[in-house]
Amino acid sequence: MSAQPAEPTITPTHDPTLKKPLVRVENLVKYFPASGGLFSRSVVHAVDGVDLAIAPGETLGLVGESGCGKSTLGRVIVRLQPATSGHVYFKDVDLTSTRGEKLRRTRQQIQMIFQDPYASLNPPMTVGDIVAEPLKNFGVARGKKAEQRVQEVMRVVGLNPNFVNRYPHEFSGGQRQRIGIARALVLNPTFIVADEPVSALDVSIQAQIVNLMEDLQSKFNLTFLFIAHDLSVVRHISDRIAVMYLGKIVEIGPSNAIRDKPLHPYTKVLESSVPVPDPDLEAARKPILLKGEIPSPVNPPSACRFHTRCPIAQPICSEIEPLLEMKENGRFAACHFAGQL
Amino acid sequence: MQDLRVQFATSGGTVTAVDGISFEIDRGEIVGIVGESGSGKTMTALSLLRLIPEPGKITNGRILYGEKDVAQMTDEEIREFRGNDVAMIFQDPMTSLNPVLKVGFQVEEAMAAHRRFTRQQAHDRVVPLLQRVRIPAAKDRVRDYPHQFSGGMRQRAMIAMGVSNEPSLLIADEPTTALDVTVQASIIELVRDLSRELRAAVMLITHNMALVASLCNRVIVMYAGRIVEEGPTRSIFKNPQHPYTWSLLRSMPRVDEVEKERLISIKGLPPDLGRLPAGCKFHPRCKFRIDRCFTEEPPLGEVDPGQMARCWVLMKNIVNPEAEALK
Repeated sequence: MSAQPAEPTITPTHDPTLKKPLVRVENLVKYFPASGGLFSRSVVHAVDGVDLAIAPGETLGLVGESGCGKSTLGRVIVRLQPATSGHVYFKDVDLTSTRGEKLRRTRQQIQMIFQDPYASLNPPMTVGDIVAEPLKNFGVARGKKAEQRVQEVMRVVGLNPNFVNRYPHEFSGGQRQRIGIARALVLNPTFIVADEPVSALDVSIQAQIVNLMEDLQSKFNLTFLFIAHDLSVVRHISDRIAVMYLGKIVEIGPSNAIRDKPLHPYTKVLESSVPVPDPDLEAARKPILLKGEIPSPVNPPSACRFHTRCPIAQPICSEIEPLLEMKENGRFAACHFAGQL
Repeated sequence: MQDLRVQFATSGGTVTAVDGISFEIDRGEIVGIVGESGSGKTMTALSLLRLIPEPGKITNGRILYGEKDVAQMTDEEIREFRGNDVAMIFQDPMTSLNPVLKVGFQVEEAMAAHRRFTRQQAHDRVVPLLQRVRIPAAKDRVRDYPHQFSGGMRQRAMIAMGVSNEPSLLIADEPTTALDVTVQASIIELVRDLSRELRAAVMLITHNMALVASLCNRVIVMYAGRIVEEGPTRSIFKNPQHPYTWSLLRSMPRVDEVEKERLISIKGLPPDLGRLPAGCKFHPRCKFRIDRCFTEEPPLGEVDPGQMARCWVLMKNIVNPEAEALK
């Protein structure tokens, strides 16, 4: 369908539709030793050669099913875990090779919000101390100045600043997620990685947190990498979406363009699987059911990793790996038969 | 189910988890019970099987299965009822299967325990049952242990156990919440097919409105242990009358969203069942409340043929609800 891209192949890190990216990920790889056997040399290919770019001020949604490597990718990008190989550039600093004071100063601008607001807050610490901790760790402020800053961000995220002396267990799930967001904001970051920030919350509370994140983004000109398994939430909050399958990104593009016409067969399957709250549309919707199970990331299939389950796979798909390349302006897919399902 | 009340005696006083619930489910019907955590949806289902955890008690109401009252059954009768007439599917299939027993054996046991089939019959039915719930290579997989199954396959094995005695009522409590969306899609298809094949009634307990739209004929919306709205699925989604139902539907992002609209959030938290507010239990979070809502609890009244709502105001009387809610 689409014409062959001009030589050389355009990858997501050279997306002509993006302004100068804030974050650039190049051929990022993260392997873990597989559990089982002390002398076992097998590895989990959690993240296996990821290229992506994130423009300043945008929200890039990262979606995929459990075990696809999306959380690992997020953690390696913020350097909570070291990369096996590849590069993560923030502005022009390579986070994978920079050390010392320069790394500290750069990391101050990068924060993370976690899924479980119950597990990510230290129970014996007061909320004030939890939110103030990054200020102390990075030597930014202490004493009265730190207190003022903590009260300021608590107000910003919709928490009563008089609650600084309370403990996490005194708060509901939604309020705890606000505390996690306050802690992420206290250093005035430019880039935030949010890993499943609303999936543990009740439906009525999810909307509160999603709205809050949107407000904070426009107020502080934040850039988000929003990681979630729920395509509905990702669609709502993201400008662009990246779809991950077994350690690889299979498609990246503007959220609306992907909704109207997914290019990768896996994206199409995902889109068709998510129910919508409308009985008339549901009566007409036919999910595309996948055959088989998700293969193990220890021994991923050859060439295209989706070929074992793909409804339109051809012999070439198990022989030659399709590159994640530009198929249309600003739209990338790793598929020999993009747009044909 | 008639005027069911479930109460828990706690050190802080009596907590009413379910308060005055009445509904019916017919053969072949799929009914969704929707609510957030603490709304009483799971307690309602457990009381149907008389499985309410201590110190909970059914303090009022009748649960009629055909002509029999579940609350009055002897221990022997309730055992037969649970095994032969009703099946329950839980959220987490790993914790509901015994990890040290082969899957096929567990399915066989489920049948043998309730004496509808002889041991030999039960044994012969295992493979066809696993095939019926679309477990591939069922002949080989009967000898696998639960950890050798994926999450979706475990849920299928649970469903096979559930339907092994050909129940007339299937209760599914968040059956797909722990599963990936592509697996969820196939489990939904399976439940739909089975309800048709078995002509069983299905009670789907969930917080996911989209799932309800996809699967159910009728919806019951619960809040604070009460039914706040019920009716045919289409009416509930196209024409919700209770502000809670209306807000819930507009608080969910949609995968087919075209224009980015702000989500309508419901302020505050679900209520503490030990300290419920006076009047309508939703009034502290309601954007459309009037004076009467503070003091008097509204009854569940008919708003349209077959559709009931527990509200003094009703959404059809609000001129521009979106603008009002976003204020």
